[in-house]
Amino acid sequence: MAKKDSSRRDFISWFLGGGTLATLGAIAYPAMRFINPPESGEANVSQLKLPFGRPEIQAEPSNGKTFKFGRDLGIIVLTEAGDLRAFAATCTHLDCTVQHRPDLGILWCSCHNGRYDLDGGNISGPPPRPLEKYVVNEVGDDIFIKKEEV
Amino acid sequence: MSASNSGKDESLISKGYDWIDSRFKIDALVEYMSHKVVPLHSHSIFYYLGGITLFLFLIQVASGILLLMYYRPGADSAYESVRFIISEVEFGWLVRAIHSWSANLMVFGAFIHMFTVFFTKAYRAPRELTWFSGIGLLALCMTFGFSGYLLPWNELAFFATRVGTGMAGAVPVIGEQLLIVMRGGEGVTGATIGRFFGLHVAILPAAFTVLLTIHLAAVQRQGMSEPVDWVNKPESEKKYMKFFPHFIYRDALVWLIVLNILALLAVIFPDGIGVVHWPLGEKADLFGVPPAVIRPEWYFMFAFQALKMLPAHVWFLEGELFGIIAFSVGGLLWAMVPFLDRKSVKGKEPKLVMAFGVFVVIFILAMTIVGYLVE
Repeated sequence: MAKKDSSRRDFISWFLGGGTLATLGAIAYPAMRFINPPESGEANVSQLKLPFGRPEIQAEPSNGKTFKFGRDLGIIVLTEAGDLRAFAATCTHLDCTVQHRPDLGILWCSCHNGRYDLDGGNISGPPPRPLEKYVVNEVGDDIFIKKEEV
Repeated sequence: MSASNSGKDESLISKGYDWIDSRFKIDALVEYMSHKVVPLHSHSIFYYLGGITLFLFLIQVASGILLLMYYRPGADSAYESVRFIISEVEFGWLVRAIHSWSANLMVFGAFIHMFTVFFTKAYRAPRELTWFSGIGLLALCMTFGFSGYLLPWNELAFFATRVGTGMAGAVPVIGEQLLIVMRGGEGVTGATIGRFFGLHVAILPAAFTVLLTIHLAAVQRQGMSEPVDWVNKPESEKKYMKFFPHFIYRDALVWLIVLNILALLAVIFPDGIGVVHWPLGEKADLFGVPPAVIRPEWYFMFAFQALKMLPAHVWFLEGELFGIIAFSVGGLLWAMVPFLDRKSVKGKEPKLVMAFGVFVVIFILAMTIVGYLVE
């Protein structure tokens, strides 16, 4: 008799315990998924016509200008040779924004003194990877930026 | 669970208990709570209604916090962020549906709770403060509903809020100023969203928490109200159930049932159904034309309909003003019922007060039904 009672008790315990866990799971799962944000609210862009042209870049003291490129931030710089080059402006170290240093001929991250050459390569300081380089096309006065096909 | 296992659990729990007790001396409190009983009689089922409303409020808090992660107040972002929640965020439709359904069920639960308390005369001394705080909580619930309704900034919400706040403008002397304070300007604009949002997620929750604490503390301190005719009943004939653990287990089961009903409603009707309906629809257009049928939420319908049916002038008063005065007087009488009813404390039937209650119920039901039939 006692044994039968305890097995019934066990069954009830498992039943209630399992039911409680399943209920909590059914509440927690959607809540966790909800908290996890969707990929992005903004569409990611692969090509962009810059809202400014060569004269505006030249007018900047640093000969460089940042622009919003879909979800990313880009930077376009005018080299001494007069080439336009564009990169992702987010430093690969800790997500600071890089700037053009025409005096040094580099892209420089002021947060931790990270340095990139004008091909995006990481040359000194903490950055672990090169900056992504964008394709620049000038058509008349318009500048088009495109992501390189991988 | 095996015996050795539960022994281990108990020792862990008792260690934790001792740790707290040695610091805060809760033994007396636990001793006090363990004597708490619930009267058993033919209307004992009403004792669950407050708990149901409380449970739905807790769901409101949890789902509201989730919605806050994506909702962005403002004329340019409110509608877009709600659309983002229901179309892009995983289970966003579910969280919004749960929030909306439990809001409606909570108001419904609070109303039923209030009427059962009224008709069982549970408001009578010494529970006046429980009644007053309960009335305050219901008023806050309705303000929650009214302020939350605007937040998606859709067409329906926009016009309903214009009409709803417009009523405040009819209040004598301070009406115009009140209207401007409520709307954050002369019209319903993005500024209104900011105010309603602040009200909905900061001011109301804070006020609600204070009143709820008073309400629950009063219930715990005084225990459940016993039926009026128990005054003359011999102790031996009164039956009780222990609050811990018997009533708590039953409460938990009721909450589980409510949770299941809520989940079913939210999954099957995420946009609501019938008169309880919250489709996102079109974005509010300040220069747009109102939709053919603008209706307030169902718990404002009786007031909305009654004001609509009033003639332009009653005596020397404007119809709307007369309506607002009538509702204020009626509401005040309703709230003051613990003082108006002097009979039930002595175990007698307060016939006049009960007749007033029946009139109020019939009035609310009739006006609500008429409101939905006349379109």
